Amino acid sequence: MTGQIVAPNMNRRTLLAGLGAAAFVPLAPSIVRAQSETIRIGFPVPLTGPFGAEAQDQVKCAQLAVEQFNAAGGVGGRMVELLVRDDKLNPGEATTRTLELIEKDKAHFIVGALAGNVQLAVNEVCKTRGVIYVSISQSDTINEAGTFSRFTFHEGMTPHMTTQAVGKYVFPKAKGKRVAFLAADYTYGHETLRAFKRSAQAHGMQVVEEILHPLGTSDFSTFFPRILAAKPDVLCICNFGRDQLNSIKQAVDFGVKKQAQIAVPVFLYAQRRAGSPAMFDGVVGGCNYHWTLEDSVPSAKAFNTLYRAKYSNTAPSDYGAYGYAGVSSLLAAVKKAGKTDTDAVIAAFETVELDTHKGPERYRKCDHQAIQPVFVVESKAQAQMRNEFDVFNIVHVEPGAEANLRSCDELGHKG
Amino acid sequence: MTLDLFLLQTFTGLALGSILVLMAIGMSLIFGMLTVPNFAHGAFYMVGAFAGVVALRLTDSFIAAIIAAPLAVGALGMLVERTLVRPLYGRGVDYPIVLTFGLSYVMVEVIRILFGKEGIPFETPEFLQGAVSLGFGYFPLYRVFLIGVCVVVVGALYLCLERTKFGLVVRAGAADPEIVRVLGVDIRKVWMLIFGLGAGLAALAGLLAAPMRGVTAEMGIPVLVEAFVVTVVGGMGSLVGASVAGLLVGVVMSLTSLFSPKFAELSMFALMALTLIVRPRGLFGRPGHLG
Amino acid sequence: MDRQSPASGWFETLARHRVALAVLALAAIIVIAPYEALATNILIYGLFALGCNLLLGYTGLLSFGQAAFFGLGAYGCGLSIVHGGLSVLPAIAIGVLSAIGGAILIGAMVIRSRGIYFSMVTLALGQCVSALLYEADGWTGGENGLRGINAAHVNLGFFNVNLLNPTQKFFFVLFFVALALAIVARLLSSPFGVTLEAIRENEKRVVACGYDAQATKWVVFAISGALCGLAGSLYAVHLSIVPIDIVNYHSSGLVVMMSLLGGMGTFFGPFIGAAIMLLLEDVVSHFTSHWQLIVGLLFIALVLFFPRGVWGTLLSYVRSRA
Repeated sequence: MTGQIVAPNMNRRTLLAGLGAAAFVPLAPSIVRAQSETIRIGFPVPLTGPFGAEAQDQVKCAQLAVEQFNAAGGVGGRMVELLVRDDKLNPGEATTRTLELIEKDKAHFIVGALAGNVQLAVNEVCKTRGVIYVSISQSDTINEAGTFSRFTFHEGMTPHMTTQAVGKYVFPKAKGKRVAFLAADYTYGHETLRAFKRSAQAHGMQVVEEILHPLGTSDFSTFFPRILAAKPDVLCICNFGRDQLNSIKQAVDFGVKKQAQIAVPVFLYAQRRAGSPAMFDGVVGGCNYHWTLEDSVPSAKAFNTLYRAKYSNTAPSDYGAYGYAGVSSLLAAVKKAGKTDTDAVIAAFETVELDTHKGPERYRKCDHQAIQPVFVVESKAQAQMRNEFDVFNIVHVEPGAEANLRSCDELGHKG
Repeated sequence: MTLDLFLLQTFTGLALGSILVLMAIGMSLIFGMLTVPNFAHGAFYMVGAFAGVVALRLTDSFIAAIIAAPLAVGALGMLVERTLVRPLYGRGVDYPIVLTFGLSYVMVEVIRILFGKEGIPFETPEFLQGAVSLGFGYFPLYRVFLIGVCVVVVGALYLCLERTKFGLVVRAGAADPEIVRVLGVDIRKVWMLIFGLGAGLAALAGLLAAPMRGVTAEMGIPVLVEAFVVTVVGGMGSLVGASVAGLLVGVVMSLTSLFSPKFAELSMFALMALTLIVRPRGLFGRPGHLG
Repeated sequence: MDRQSPASGWFETLARHRVALAVLALAAIIVIAPYEALATNILIYGLFALGCNLLLGYTGLLSFGQAAFFGLGAYGCGLSIVHGGLSVLPAIAIGVLSAIGGAILIGAMVIRSRGIYFSMVTLALGQCVSALLYEADGWTGGENGLRGINAAHVNLGFFNVNLLNPTQKFFFVLFFVALALAIVARLLSSPFGVTLEAIRENEKRVVACGYDAQATKWVVFAISGALCGLAGSLYAVHLSIVPIDIVNYHSSGLVVMMSLLGGMGTFFGPFIGAAIMLLLEDVVSHFTSHWQLIVGLLFIALVLFFPRGVWGTLLSYVRSRA
């Protein structure tokens, strides 16, 4: 069975917590050799709150990455240990936890965060203390000059990338040129709205309605009469999580799907499974990973196999894959550098060639953004689903290319 | 901005308001009679939705669910009043607040443990799907149903309070519990029933909202604050107040989001603050032992 | 006259030196807590709860909007550093002044309300402040919070405090907490303090005795706002960010709980409440993601069986023996 041998820096709570954490979180068999120090990766994710399920899958997948790395011998005989913390989807809490990971647990690296604002908070802490942080949250802001630091790496997709990919697929196929937008009134909503509009205009679409809804709205009924009155051919819904589920559900109630193609920047696996096939049928959106990729990409098959070996009869989720990718990319850089020294790892990270689970990937130097394949998926009808996890058809693959990202200049980076 | 759009938006506001009315009546009754600000009201709303899911799984009938779930949660409410709230009477408002606050944490977490964190899908029942033409536009049939249920429930409650002996005791107890007890009525039993009734109404609201908003453990949190606002504006302890204020707030929020959605929530709180400063007992509240 | 038994003597002596003892006890937190950042959080939330308790425990006013002043302090301090380029100490002063300003304004609107209406209107106004801070995202960063608060050093001339060092940061915060405790102690043992407790017991009688209860309540509301604002300023310095969610009513509710948990109307109770709550949450979170269940059950048990709070129950036990 797994067990954790507590690292040398022991104190009263670590002992208790170690015993407790061993019961709660499946831990990798991290072996501390007498002479070499374990490499510690801090992993703050929202285990409590509405994304608890996604966060749990991220922990599972991150564990896989660590185990895989250790099984291959670690780096220079040093093994890796994952320190999971609950950020409660709250930037203040995340900051405290990151301080704990850096100051008390002496983590060498931090990977994680799901929410955009949490990711920015973690980034601030890591920035001021010179610790490498790999963000697996989606954001445009983290690449921008004011927020970015050389310690910041962004494995997550940017709203720009996903919307360009979705737009490229949806707009040419639309039955008309009228597009309407319903976006959540916060950073992620604004970023996806801006990017979608850019794509729409590039494809000659005409914006007929644009509505911002407050974040966390449960009742969208007040927006649909306006949207229907504008007679759109495509409706882009720019929100996330529960908002996505509720807005699509209510859009269908109001008969929007009969009139317009519904497109979303990121189609969440968890929300799709929480809704019904009938409701989501025909909706199109972006995606970082869907397990059916194993039919065409060898690294996806390898990842899925690894996941199934440990967690039988299931498949990794999109967000889970971020957990795996974030940690694997970091460890690949550490392996390339040969040591945990920050400057060496940064240099390695900027040049390492990766294919962790979905195809070729690398990090761009100016903003440390991961250039990666983006997928466009369409929800499957009940009749087409082979099993309960087979929810999406991958209708388009956008291979990783720097052209899909915002330019370094646009983001404010010099040189 | 056409008349049709305006009317459609108003109707949407009525549907939104119906949920608020059911929540506010419950809260208003509990506060008016028991002087307990029920911070667990949102949790009862949420439990009602989950109870509905279970009832639906067992009976496969939506109608059966909307009768069974509120009754079950109402019973839970009575149990809560009897065991947790009753010991606190006479100790001032602060204690029931903390108790119900803590209770809401417990209820949310228990539901998470029992049903998981992702929430449960809840489809609009077959016979209520689709849209109906109202003359000025198409409106989801389910929302028409919602408004209808609210009217029926409020009507029934009104008749109960105004025409039955039980209602008489309730109204007297809200005005002066001491005298009622002196007259030999066991006011505590009435309180228990009121709390149960309030919880049951919240549960009904939650279940009715489920096809529109989904069923998750966190669904009660935003609704709690909205319910407080409506209760305060309408006047604590007043059935008419809760009904009018609920529909008013629903329509105002709906029309506000035609122009500026982000100010809808702020305007709700500003309205609440204004009411409390200018007319503390709300539109229809009675002056008395509350302030 | 009072015949003082020898046993009561030691209790009274200790009570006279309560500020010093409190500061010593708080200094010990850095040893008890699992890590320094949590210890600093305990100090900050304890100070926040102290402000809340001044209103709730001593004056009998239950406010659900104190987080607004915590927020005004935090943003005031943070904005001074980020946009104003000020150093830490003047920024903290600006934070406190912003909070006092807000408290005076809001206080004028709410003091005429009583009982549950007071609680509701403070809740509503607190939410308004929260919404306004959220909407002014050009300044405050909106839902991303205010970032980039570079508070790495405090230059005191002869001595340079390095705020990136967690232990030094803890003692920096403790200094302000000690200051606040000294002020509150002074306040409570003055005639003003007595008036507060009298208002809690029976406001009508206080007015009948010729005191201006409204003015007193307004002043204590402002003082409470100042304490909450100081806590907020220190929070901004501690985390180097100001997250928007600290300004909403959950935060206000949390700090009410801490006051109750520690013991309303006790001097040191708020810190005990903050310590228990934060330590419990931290330890329980490590075992299970269902820590809210434990916290909820704790509140219920508290209200039903220990209404005086942990410290309050302890004190009354000691007093009854002394």
